[in-house]
Amino acid sequence: MSKVHIKINNLPLEVEEGTLLIDAARLLNIDIPHMCYHPDQESKAHCRLCVVEVKGQRKLQTSCTTPVAEGMEVFTDTKKVYNAQVGVIELMLANHKQNCLSCARNGNCELQALCRRFNLLRPELPDVSSKEPLRVDNPAIVKDPAKCVKCGRCVKACEELQGICALTHSGRSENFKVTTAFDLPMWETDCILCGQCSLACPVGAIVEKDDTQGVWRAIHNGDKHVIVQVAPAVRVALGDEFGMEPGTLVTGKMVTALRMLGFNKVFDTNFAADLTIMEEGNELLERIKNGGKLPMITSCSPGWVNYVEKHHPELMEHLSTAKSPQGMFGAVSKTYYADKMGLDPHDIVTVSVMPCTAKKYEGKRPELGRDGYQDVDHVLTTRELAKLIRYEGVDLKNLPESDFDSPLGTATGAGAIFGTTGGVMEAALRTAYEVFTGKTLPRLDFEEVRGFEGIREATIDLDGTPLKIAVAHTLKNAEELLKRADEYAFIEVMACPGGCIGGGGQPIGTDNARRKKRIQALYDLDKSLPLRKSHENPEIQAIYRDYFGRPLSAKAHALLHTRYQEKPSISKQR
Amino acid sequence: MAKTVSFISRRFGKYDPWSLRDYEAHDGFKALRRALTMDGSDIAKLLSANGVQGRGGAAYDMGRKWTQARQEPGENKCVVCNADEGEPGTFKDRELLKRDPFQVLEGMIIAGWSVGANNGYLYLREEYAHLRTLLRNAIAQCEQAGYLGENILGSGLNYRIHLYSGAGAYVCGEGSALSESIEGKAGRPRKKPPYIKQCGVFHLPTCVNNVESLSIVPNVLLDDEGFYKRQGTPECPGTKMISVSGNVNKPGVFEIPFGLTIREIIDLAGGVTTGRSIRLVQLGGASGKIASPDQLDTPYTYNDLKNAGLTPVGSGAVLVVDERTSVIGFLRMIQEFFSHESCGQCTPCREGNRHIALFLDKIAAGEHTEKDVETMIKFANIMCNASLCGLGEAAQSALLSAVEHFPETFEIKEEVVIR
Repeated sequence: MSKVHIKINNLPLEVEEGTLLIDAARLLNIDIPHMCYHPDQESKAHCRLCVVEVKGQRKLQTSCTTPVAEGMEVFTDTKKVYNAQVGVIELMLANHKQNCLSCARNGNCELQALCRRFNLLRPELPDVSSKEPLRVDNPAIVKDPAKCVKCGRCVKACEELQGICALTHSGRSENFKVTTAFDLPMWETDCILCGQCSLACPVGAIVEKDDTQGVWRAIHNGDKHVIVQVAPAVRVALGDEFGMEPGTLVTGKMVTALRMLGFNKVFDTNFAADLTIMEEGNELLERIKNGGKLPMITSCSPGWVNYVEKHHPELMEHLSTAKSPQGMFGAVSKTYYADKMGLDPHDIVTVSVMPCTAKKYEGKRPELGRDGYQDVDHVLTTRELAKLIRYEGVDLKNLPESDFDSPLGTATGAGAIFGTTGGVMEAALRTAYEVFTGKTLPRLDFEEVRGFEGIREATIDLDGTPLKIAVAHTLKNAEELLKRADEYAFIEVMACPGGCIGGGGQPIGTDNARRKKRIQALYDLDKSLPLRKSHENPEIQAIYRDYFGRPLSAKAHALLHTRYQEKPSISKQR
Repeated sequence: MAKTVSFISRRFGKYDPWSLRDYEAHDGFKALRRALTMDGSDIAKLLSANGVQGRGGAAYDMGRKWTQARQEPGENKCVVCNADEGEPGTFKDRELLKRDPFQVLEGMIIAGWSVGANNGYLYLREEYAHLRTLLRNAIAQCEQAGYLGENILGSGLNYRIHLYSGAGAYVCGEGSALSESIEGKAGRPRKKPPYIKQCGVFHLPTCVNNVESLSIVPNVLLDDEGFYKRQGTPECPGTKMISVSGNVNKPGVFEIPFGLTIREIIDLAGGVTTGRSIRLVQLGGASGKIASPDQLDTPYTYNDLKNAGLTPVGSGAVLVVDERTSVIGFLRMIQEFFSHESCGQCTPCREGNRHIALFLDKIAAGEHTEKDVETMIKFANIMCNASLCGLGEAAQSALLSAVEHFPETFEIKEEVVIR
């Protein structure tokens, strides 16, 4: 790539050819205001907020679509530019339901930030916001169309990441809006509730369904034994919400905060991840030995499971029957743990903190419960946990650290890396290798399945037996991989970019740069742990010794495995 | 009537538009035969030499456009004939398609030869559905006679023409929205860059031309006498198809030499109905600026109109409005059109049109303040400067020109008394 020379506000700059003006300006520490621009998406040029003056051009140019050119002179600070930018904000604001103080995005709304930046004290336009009601029609995602600024970031997220296109634009002029096919409730369309749209939304138009109140009430009920499990990906993202460096590991502080919130026990989903590996790893070997359906495909990403149910029912038999870590934890919490503690499972409230909106749906699955109770009672996203911590007035950053409770709180590095793409694969291989060969794994790090590439594949040598495996993250990549699925014995699919660390329930501001930092943090965590193979976890060994007998036992099958059913989707119906 | 000319319209009524034979008997495809002996770039140069400017509204040097299209790399390029004649009060392309369809096709084939395209798309507005059969017939006859298809007239040119129809959106006249529409998607303009010439229909390099522009081509190619260049003024040579409508006695399509005054054009159309006085004249369709009665002696050329603060030709529409309609009433009508036709993608156009409609209502009711007018103008300018496509950019042309030419419309009627 050659360099070009430009000037922005008379400041000279040498920059790579092809750089967009908005990115070039950032090199000079100039933040051109923007709304529809998103660093991980193709630019749209819809909001028109990032306009700048380019010498020689009559019209203002959008800096998110204009690449630098040799000798270009750009102005981001003229009256004409500011007039247009503030005008665009005023236009958006006039068509935005302003219940800011009781909005899920209060405090981290991009429109709010722009109003603050431009000191918008006296907007001149009358309120023309739509009276469309809030749409709460699924357990995971809430839409508030009256707040939508039509930036199209959610539409692009659904299209570019997942290839699902559950969200789209309809209508024109003032009736132009973001909606689903036939304006149907999201769950009745092709949507898989991954929540990437809620992560992309700059305002409060698409947010997670808030379950903090239910948790708060359970904690303050007094009669209930309220326990919480925290997914691996939460501990490397929660810090973002409290101004910490992206990728900071906050496990100990988070555990302290959860205790301060009043949970009776604070447990680790990583423990359940180790349990999942025990079952899933053995299931894989079982399938290989007994000529079962191959490839076996992971089933711990609930967005992916929803996708199979809606779009690929023919793959159902390929899905691992092992429940997800959340599902296993839920089952164990109301059986093994209840027994151990002498509690009636009806008196236990199991709360999950997940990086994921689709986990809210998973928690409500009829497959995950028995005797009239659900294994998991409430599912919170990372964002909601941050809200509860703020509610309590706890300064997470400066909290002392503490450890998870026993007996569902010890985990290995294998459980930790569940949070990243390729992690389930790697964790499973560590256990499967040793179970299959009876030998100690010479090298724990499976570098070939790590990284951010959309699809990664490798052949693993199980002491003479080759095992072809592949990993995909985002459903668009998964769809690509599925075209040649039969080449492999084992496939891992994560619905979200980067795996759970990039999940739809993670802090607002999650982008690929942050995702990569979180992935590194999880691998660092794995490396730092004394135990890195699930089968070496003493609590796992105990649960098999005391309760399940062995992996894939009848009891394990009853509690730790499940099957999924085909579900309707709009593209299959029409 | 002596003021009109017959150059592009010379075959109107002279032959049966259903018959290729008849077209051939009237010099039809003579220009193509000549073009196929020429180098494509020389055809483009000939257009430039004749000062032909695109008739779609932007008035871009047509020869230059073709030269650029020719230079654009790409195995498979497209020519589009933009027959989405959506500007209100514009209907000259309809006449060109209806009365001389083969001439349009001939222009498209020459364009294909000149720019190196294999496919031509005739994008016909939904409202011209009644012309589909006629055009399909013309295309089929051309295919049969070897004017379309493989190795046309032994020249080595392979070229097909496809007829596409819009679904009724005004914005599809914009090149990228038109491309989306041909691709079967909702007709919404694309971001730029990339530009249509690099990435248009089916993401192929695309050269979009207006019906009239393409109709000029065969005539200029055969114009050995230099008739075209002798028409009009030295600065603005040539002839122009115009559509005159509104409160005139004989509305219709006329081919005129550039340089007639607006007043002469109104006279061509039989003058104002029942001798009423003129309130305003809008040039170039709904996206055009409006002229006050004291601007009627402005000559109809690109430069003179521009210097007078009016739309330089635009779509070729001349809409005459008499004293019975108020300026504010007219502006509200125009605004209603744009509030309906905005595609809604970009903020300035989607939200701006809605707010300006509200301000105009206030002004019409006499309830506006000075601040309202100021704010309205501010947002009209923002639309103009920051919209995604030409629609938003031009939607407030009428309003902004009214502010200039009819300031009294926006005056505060009386002091607001607060009781």
